[in-house]
Amino acid sequence: MAGKVKAIVTTGYGTNCEREMAHACVVAGADQVDIVHLSDILDGSVSITDYHFLNLPGGFLDGDNMGAAQAGAHRLRHARIAGTSQRLMDQVLQFVDQGGLILGVCNGFQLMVKTGLLPGLDRDYESRVVSLTYNDSGRFEDRWVTCRANSSSPCIFTRGIDTIELPIRHGEGKFIGMDQDIIQKIEDQGLITLQYTDADTGKPAMAYPANPNGSELAIAGICDPTGRLMGLMPHPEAYHHFTNHPQWTRKSFPGEEGAGIAMFRNAVDYIRENVL
Amino acid sequence: MAHRIEVSLKPNLKDALGLKTLKRAREDLGLDIADIRTIKTYLIDADISMEQLKAAARGPCSDPVTQQFSIDSPMALQLARETGKGWDWIIEVGFRPGVTDNEGKTAREALELLIERRLHEDEGVYTATLYLVQGDIDQPQAERLTTGLLANELIQRTVICPFEKLESMFSSQGSPFYFVPRVREKSAIEILEFDLSAMDDDQLLALSRERVLVLNLNEMKCLQDHLKRQEILRERQAVGLGSSYTDCELEALAQTWSEHCKHKIFNARISYTTPEGKREINSLFDTYIKGATSSIRKELGDDDWCLSVFKDNAGVVRFNDELNIAFKVETHNSPSALDPYGGALTGIVGVNRDPFGTGLGARLVFNTDVFCFGPPDYDKPLPKGLLHPKRIFEGVREGVEHGGNQSGIPTVNGSILFDERYLGKPLVFCGTGGVMPNEINGRPAWEKKAMPGDAIVMCGGRIGKDGIHGATFSSEELHEGSPATAVQIGDPITQKKMTDFLLRARDMGLYNSITDNGAGGLSSSVGEMALESGGFELHLDRAPLKYEGLQPWEILVSEAQERMTVAVPQDKLAQFMELSKKMGVESTVLGTFTDSGKYHCVYDGKTVAYLDMDFVHDGVPQLELEAVWQPPEFEEPSFQQPNDLGSELQRLLSCFDVCSKEYVVRQYDHEVQGGSVVKPLTGAMNDGPSDAAVLRPDLDRYEGLVISHGIYPRYSDIDTYHMVCAAVDEAVRNAISVGAAFHGMSGLDNFCWCDPVQSEKTPDGHYKLAQLIRANEAIYDICTAYRIPCISGKDSMKNDATIGGVKISIPPTLLFSLISRIDDIRHAVTMDVKRPGDLVYVVGTTHPELGASEYLRARGFIGNSIPRVRIEEAAERYRRLSQAMAKGLVASCHDCSDGGLGVCLAEKAFSGNLGMSIDLDAVPSEGVDRLDTLLFSESQSRFVITVTPEHKDTIEQGLSGTSFALVGEVTSQPEISMTANGRIILRESIQDLKEAWQKPLRW
Repeated sequence: MAGKVKAIVTTGYGTNCEREMAHACVVAGADQVDIVHLSDILDGSVSITDYHFLNLPGGFLDGDNMGAAQAGAHRLRHARIAGTSQRLMDQVLQFVDQGGLILGVCNGFQLMVKTGLLPGLDRDYESRVVSLTYNDSGRFEDRWVTCRANSSSPCIFTRGIDTIELPIRHGEGKFIGMDQDIIQKIEDQGLITLQYTDADTGKPAMAYPANPNGSELAIAGICDPTGRLMGLMPHPEAYHHFTNHPQWTRKSFPGEEGAGIAMFRNAVDYIRENVL
Repeated sequence: MAHRIEVSLKPNLKDALGLKTLKRAREDLGLDIADIRTIKTYLIDADISMEQLKAAARGPCSDPVTQQFSIDSPMALQLARETGKGWDWIIEVGFRPGVTDNEGKTAREALELLIERRLHEDEGVYTATLYLVQGDIDQPQAERLTTGLLANELIQRTVICPFEKLESMFSSQGSPFYFVPRVREKSAIEILEFDLSAMDDDQLLALSRERVLVLNLNEMKCLQDHLKRQEILRERQAVGLGSSYTDCELEALAQTWSEHCKHKIFNARISYTTPEGKREINSLFDTYIKGATSSIRKELGDDDWCLSVFKDNAGVVRFNDELNIAFKVETHNSPSALDPYGGALTGIVGVNRDPFGTGLGARLVFNTDVFCFGPPDYDKPLPKGLLHPKRIFEGVREGVEHGGNQSGIPTVNGSILFDERYLGKPLVFCGTGGVMPNEINGRPAWEKKAMPGDAIVMCGGRIGKDGIHGATFSSEELHEGSPATAVQIGDPITQKKMTDFLLRARDMGLYNSITDNGAGGLSSSVGEMALESGGFELHLDRAPLKYEGLQPWEILVSEAQERMTVAVPQDKLAQFMELSKKMGVESTVLGTFTDSGKYHCVYDGKTVAYLDMDFVHDGVPQLELEAVWQPPEFEEPSFQQPNDLGSELQRLLSCFDVCSKEYVVRQYDHEVQGGSVVKPLTGAMNDGPSDAAVLRPDLDRYEGLVISHGIYPRYSDIDTYHMVCAAVDEAVRNAISVGAAFHGMSGLDNFCWCDPVQSEKTPDGHYKLAQLIRANEAIYDICTAYRIPCISGKDSMKNDATIGGVKISIPPTLLFSLISRIDDIRHAVTMDVKRPGDLVYVVGTTHPELGASEYLRARGFIGNSIPRVRIEEAAERYRRLSQAMAKGLVASCHDCSDGGLGVCLAEKAFSGNLGMSIDLDAVPSEGVDRLDTLLFSESQSRFVITVTPEHKDTIEQGLSGTSFALVGEVTSQPEISMTANGRIILRESIQDLKEAWQKPLRW
């Protein structure tokens, strides 16, 4: 239907943050939000291309066995839509091509870098040039961190955000580039959208626990050169209400909405203004 | 021939797993090791081309950015060349044949996707981990590293190879690095028959022992008599059976009649002697537990919030006009003693299936975990067969981490306690709550009914030999010969796929009933669902197996994980099976529910079990037991009040039971699903200890669910009656502390006891049973007074271990878990002090009750003055305080628990990163004549709250009628200072107190 912002939230095979991700889309004003099991896409009953905003939520695709989202990315690249020769990945590429927005959180971010959707340098969305690997601590951790957004990034999702507090909940979130050249390109093109930040100094945090995993350049999230595809390790959907904040009983807040909603609202607003 | 892909991180990257292993090898085993690096291996035993193999190595097996791989050549050599580093030992750890290999399973599926065909049954992918060890250690030390840290030989196989021999060993004939761990044993299918009719007592007991039936003589005789009845024999002859039991029948009966499944001790007839006289108790469960709940429900009348109690896999209560909550807590003690990781992982994913298999099924919204271990710094020699408590701790922690995190269920509440008596059997309590709508397709969601004619469908995992005899095994004490097959490893992702599928099938109305396969496997799940229809016919040969060679009885009682049994109406069967296939879940039709009244199993068309449902479920004879209560008396402690109360406080904060558990909590995802309101860690630095969890099951509404618990095993030494009262009271005051309403709470009782049946092995059984009775009396008294119906529970009665001739029994332990409600989450309260200038109140009276306290334990005493719950006074206090909190009058609230008022004040202050000045003379007390008693007495039902000065009058009005007093204020000066008689008697900086509290488990 024309004029409706349509968001799809994928689930299945170990994804587990789909409900709060969908809730965040609704709070942010999306008109239609569907949680869709990957098997419904693979059997052809639903197509991602019928939506504007693809949400890849957190979780443990295939248990993160063989490495985080490693088998999940493999599925995307090799599984075919029933009755066609189209790979699931082809459908995603078609979606990107038609101007869709993708937000990958945590396991969704891992999926995006392991398929090559990010950073998408030179609009090559199938080459893997960065990765997310084991935290330096060797541990899964659930902890709130402070991040600073990059105002010179083309990223749509972080528009208007300065610093934001969000929870990280992962064991493999250390951002690594294939080589220095790649990291340089990502930095030069403004594709670093979010960095772990020392709450006191406001500078990118290189030390644990403010940088919870040892990421290069304190990278918490990146986008592609169009700014329409973003992935991040922290969970914006987990901060949809002020009572999600770990210190909400100690602080005052401007309203009830959690700060994480801003990323979803930016996406919805962008679609309403530029895509519909 | 099999091919081997080895994958390592690129040499310039930090190997976090290797470093973590290195740290533990040094700290826990004291080995002089310089470095450890890890390599992941995939042994691919499949008919694929070299091209495909390379693609697999490049594709799913390795990450081109961070990793490198080798095919059929040792990566260790390559790494040595690249880093110029020599290794000393190469240790490979893989799984034994038949043990769940989750990563191997994922790799198999990924390979299938790549080569676009299914692998055959005899093809496979097997994973292992290689540890490259650099260090000056000899062969025995390498072995100790392997068995003491890297591998559990019950389930894993290992190769220990000196580095210089790697090349030759790798390429040798029959190289251990190419061993394919496929189950190869193939025994012919055989149905054994057991003729009991002529057996004498000794022979009956010998049979029970040899087959691990764990049935007593009386029960064996009951089996013997049953097949002497002519009408039974005639029926059996008609289906081709005779006067002997088949192995399937014996196993089915042993499982159904096990202590684990039938709770024979809780249902026994007990002759009870106390100093006051003698009386009879007919079933503790009916008299006290069920008795309390039915009396409360009667009193509540229309207000009764219980929907389904004591009959399904979990208890179900009303939450609001749309949602109901199902909650269950289980223990997984024996498996966790043998394989802590697998045991605990299975414990958590296993209890997930309880609310999931309740009514028509619940969506899972929270997990809880409570562990009791031996002290992690235990340094005395361990009896043979026991794992070190720190290793158990780490294994259990990791098992629950993987199970909970991978399932996407937040772990929101828990405790860890330590006592040397848990060395033999650790206690691993795992709980799960789920929500279900009021109605599904017009049917009440908490009810289910398999109908005659419905198909028996098993969904999820396949059946192997894992977990055979779990139900009977947990019904006996642990010994050196305990069966390794009793250990299983859970597979959270197979389960997640299954629950995704079944929730959709539920909402489409595709089944009539559902239950999980846990203890007792199909025998239990199908057997229990068949009570709804009146019988069943089960074809064991149709069950999907992990590997060939299982005997029919093994298929029947295997406890292989991740399986649900559902009753699917014939007209929906095709749709059900199609959806299952599409969503990648294996479902198999195994037979039909009937109304024949028979427990009927068939293998290859031949009847292998034919029993009356009545006999299976109600035939077990009631136990007759004796109990004698004689209150114990301990030495009355006598020591001078220490001069330095500050050091005493620090010492208490450093006790393992009291100290920070942040190390564990951080590794559990406690906020997935987005409903988190009060997290386990709270305060100014996000590291204070919350009293309870608050979460929103429905993100569109303001009602919150409060989850808390209480546990006080120390108090059992003096009196289990007061131990139970304290546990229930602690659960309640924890909930009240975060703002729960006192009205509408529901409880779960989990009893973990040592064997209370008098025998040669248990000469003090009469006393232990009396302890159990007193615990039950307490449940009745306090639950009825607080109006907390117990909605479900569990007992585990054989927590003893006899190892190397030494018997270790746990202290009788009751975990009381509680779910309650807060009407508006925006009024939830946390425990940390908030602002300088806020007023500090102590609510509740302190009595001289140091018996079995943490304070006396630290001084080697038990004492006698056990804390007693003054139930009526406490109830009044809870009502008033919770009303004041719902009005937003309280800035912070924390209960006094282990370590008393002193620990409570310290935790409040350092969590808020502020100080406090306290006038101890103002603290409400009765009969307390020493300051250490005032500070560390563990009197129950007490809180410390802080209040902004503007609410002073209102709060004091609200609390009038219960004991409370203004005792001081919150200060910006970061120290706690306490005065008595106008003199400062304690002054400690909050940093020092916090350090004392955080240090012990900062691993």
